[in-house]
Amino acid sequence: MSNRPISPHLQIYRPQLTSVMSITHRMTGIFLSLGTLVLLFWLAAAASGAEQYQAAQSVFDMVIVKLVLVGWTWAFFYHLSNGIRHLCWDAGRGLDIPTAYASGYAVLAVSVVLTLLVWGYVFAVPGGAA
Amino acid sequence: MSLRSDLGRVKGLGSAKEGVHHWRLQRITAIALVPLSLWFVVSLLCVFNGTHAEVVEWVAAPYVTVLLVALTVLLFWHLQLGLQVVIEDYVHTAFKQIALQIALRVAAGFGALVAIVSILKISLALG
Repeated sequence: MSNRPISPHLQIYRPQLTSVMSITHRMTGIFLSLGTLVLLFWLAAAASGAEQYQAAQSVFDMVIVKLVLVGWTWAFFYHLSNGIRHLCWDAGRGLDIPTAYASGYAVLAVSVVLTLLVWGYVFAVPGGAA
Repeated sequence: MSLRSDLGRVKGLGSAKEGVHHWRLQRITAIALVPLSLWFVVSLLCVFNGTHAEVVEWVAAPYVTVLLVALTVLLFWHLQLGLQVVIEDYVHTAFKQIALQIALRVAAGFGALVAIVSILKISLALG
């Protein structure tokens, strides 16, 4: 046990793509967990009737709420694609440093592109959320 | 270099029977959530701008009801497993640890119930 590597001292340890993406996975997980409250709000409103649903929709029309939803969308796609990256690691694949960096950049790109696609679609559809 | 065998080193350091239980459940729920959550986001994009009647009609379709309840169970299960580890890592007071772990399970269970009741209320009303 004595010659095992010790944990890095986070305050003085230079951030790297891999370590930053690791803590981001955890932060997006926490953010997404809180986001389920929005999901519950929407579902409960739909179950309560047309009037309540209309009131809920007006909340979603607020710009600040939209911004949070955009952040939530990115967090979702990040956690999803980085989660798949983690599952590959769990299967013992892609653990070497070049592949870990390549998959890291791929996760960042995919999460941003999918977020842009989703919100591009939301604002493009007729009678959309804009 | 140690002359002890691998078995000798790990013996007595804990049960080897359920050590991977949490890890395995976290992965299983994660794998199941990949298609389910993607389906949900795509569906949401299709129904979100609809009227209340359209949204309710979508929820009440039998396969949608089933998938939504499955998504709810897996989502709240997965978030409970994840937040459990976050609390384990950052909370170092025994009392706070126990209180937060219980609160997390109550909140996750309650959240799942609210979602499932809402889904079934819509579905059964139109069924």
